[in-house]
Amino acid sequence: MADPMRIRAQAAGDKTTVRVLMSHEMETGQRKDAAGKVIPAWFIQEVTATHNGKTVLTADWGPSISKNPFLQFVVKGAKAGDKIGITWVDNKGDKRTDEATVS
Amino acid sequence: MQTRREMLARSATVAGLLAAAGFLPTSALAAWPQAAFDAKTLADAVKALGGSAPVESKDVSITGPDIAENGAVVPVACATTLPGVKRLLVLVEKNPNVLAAVFNVTDAIEPNLSTRTKMGQSSNVFAVAMMGDGKVLFASKEIKVTLGGCGG
Repeated sequence: MADPMRIRAQAAGDKTTVRVLMSHEMETGQRKDAAGKVIPAWFIQEVTATHNGKTVLTADWGPSISKNPFLQFVVKGAKAGDKIGITWVDNKGDKRTDEATVS
Repeated sequence: MQTRREMLARSATVAGLLAAAGFLPTSALAAWPQAAFDAKTLADAVKALGGSAPVESKDVSITGPDIAENGAVVPVACATTLPGVKRLLVLVEKNPNVLAAVFNVTDAIEPNLSTRTKMGQSSNVFAVAMMGDGKVLFASKEIKVTLGGCGG
């Protein structure tokens, strides 16, 4: 299991800005190690964001997203106290879900 | 007593069964648009996602630095002012595979997203908005990279 995500969700008026920092290697599959062998690709493929359990955003990512990916988006209508959940799945089938409360 | 040879034969059978049942990671996500992420050009990537030919538009914007010091971490933001967006795409023209990310947007989200991408070399970065009515609009920005992000 990978390290936890860092999620901050801050409400301003009727909009909430969510910033997520995930912890992942995001190996492209193009690099070679010291012995000249290709390091296999290992990256997050799918990200899902939920607001109080309802899916508001899904994303398909390729290997060209940076290591320890950052994602920022704005949820309409989310208020303080609401729950924002983020789930990712990588190409090895590993997954992680974290939740944060809007402040 | 089990010999090493029998053991190997058996584990191969098990691996075969797992692969057949789709438990091995290669097929972990059926929904992931493999064809689009294999595409080498903007038009091919959009086509693989079922869109028409992209048209340049002022209503779509891409923001990022003019010069990125480190190609491994280039912050980009894509946005549009138009309603009815279904998908927002981020593409880097000169990466081995152009498509970086596809965001499937719902009405509960502002069509304004930021993330960070890797860039192998200086190139154009595209933001593409695929609209509900089938239109495909894009914006581009040139970002210069002083240090490449692909293993350099």
